[in-house]
Amino acid sequence: MEVLLPHSLDEALTMKAERPEATPIAGGTDLMVDLNFGRRRPVALIDLTRVTELASRREENGHVFLGSGLTYATIVREMPAFKPLVQASRSVGSPQIRNRGTVGGNLGTASPAGDALPVLAAYDAEVVLGSRAHGERSMPWHAFLTGPKKTALAADELILGVRWPRRRGSGSFSKIGTRNAMVIAVAGLCLVIDEENGRVKVALGSVGPTILRATDAEQQIAAAMASSGAWQDPSITIADQVVDEFGELVAAAAKPLDDVRGTAAYRRHGCRVLARRALSWALNERRLPAWL
Amino acid sequence: MVVRIKVNDDWREAEAWPGASLLTFLRDRLGLYGSKNACEQGECGSCSVWLDGTLVCSCLVLAAQAHEREVRTVEGLMADERLHPIQEAFVEAGAVQCGFCTPGFVVAVADLLEKDPRPSPATMREALSGNLCRCTGYQKILDAVSLAASRMADGK
Repeated sequence: MEVLLPHSLDEALTMKAERPEATPIAGGTDLMVDLNFGRRRPVALIDLTRVTELASRREENGHVFLGSGLTYATIVREMPAFKPLVQASRSVGSPQIRNRGTVGGNLGTASPAGDALPVLAAYDAEVVLGSRAHGERSMPWHAFLTGPKKTALAADELILGVRWPRRRGSGSFSKIGTRNAMVIAVAGLCLVIDEENGRVKVALGSVGPTILRATDAEQQIAAAMASSGAWQDPSITIADQVVDEFGELVAAAAKPLDDVRGTAAYRRHGCRVLARRALSWALNERRLPAWL
Repeated sequence: MVVRIKVNDDWREAEAWPGASLLTFLRDRLGLYGSKNACEQGECGSCSVWLDGTLVCSCLVLAAQAHEREVRTVEGLMADERLHPIQEAFVEAGAVQCGFCTPGFVVAVADLLEKDPRPSPATMREALSGNLCRCTGYQKILDAVSLAASRMADGK
């Protein structure tokens, strides 16, 4: 085994082009477990923690770009305007894990339980990839996450980050697990309201082979808000029955399995409960006066 | 490969297998046995150290990632052969039983008190949520944090 230690993005992309078999490592919170237990023996590792370009973020033309090397601790500290992302980041592992784990790691590992992924899906994020030969390319999150622990990343590419259009509206991330730390979600849900376009977006984690969007539920609630006039007037209440229907449609969008962390039936029920709660929180938040 | 790390203010170097964790390097190459090896998957916090001032599980850091960087371990907390106030508080509060998790807890508490000298109970619990103890039931550990916080804030 060999470890490559690039000091710039340029150097890292050159190394990845020359050694496509090399496995990138950043926070190490997934990969080191496999190394420690002898489950993986990559021929080479590329350490990305010295590549400062990957730990950057910026806003341009109404879009947010988040570098793949940003840790969850940094997001929690520096991005309070992105509440669902902060909530998801704060629910990752423990303080020690959040100090190391990165958004790029969630994307690269592509576990359906990656806490940041439902948020990126609800944000309609695209994943930005880079290679020496072809420069930069980007694709929607659902094209990147092709299956459980499978991605569309080419052998000579590195994940540079994610980009999403900045939208105005309330939202949240919540998950179900056995305690408030070190939990791999049994079910996770992100709901965001897009006030400009009159849309509600809901993404689910840990209840399918990859992240799922509950599109039927999204359309049902957006239509109900339109017909009741709630988009224009947030004080208009949405009937409990409509919220329950929304929960049912979200639960129907899940494709859960039985496993050690929970049964399929429990996971589906969890989606129903998380959906109703998230919608109620978001609608209540819309009702708060703007000066609050 | 040769890994060179500034550990507790001294530059140390040793040969390391490229896939070795920082924890293995500290224990097996440098003879620093304070950081404990328990779960090797970031669950228990027994191997907590600072890497460039950031609290991490050393089992999840590749030794090579710490090359030419600064690491502080639990051994670095003692001064002039005297226990750190947090260590004293652990002893006095009965926060130590088998003692295996203690170095990791002491490091996590020191990290917390450096950032927040007067943490609320909720802050303490969140800050220590990455450290497991199977003996104490945690209450005496939280008592030790409060004791250490009050003494350190008083400058004793």
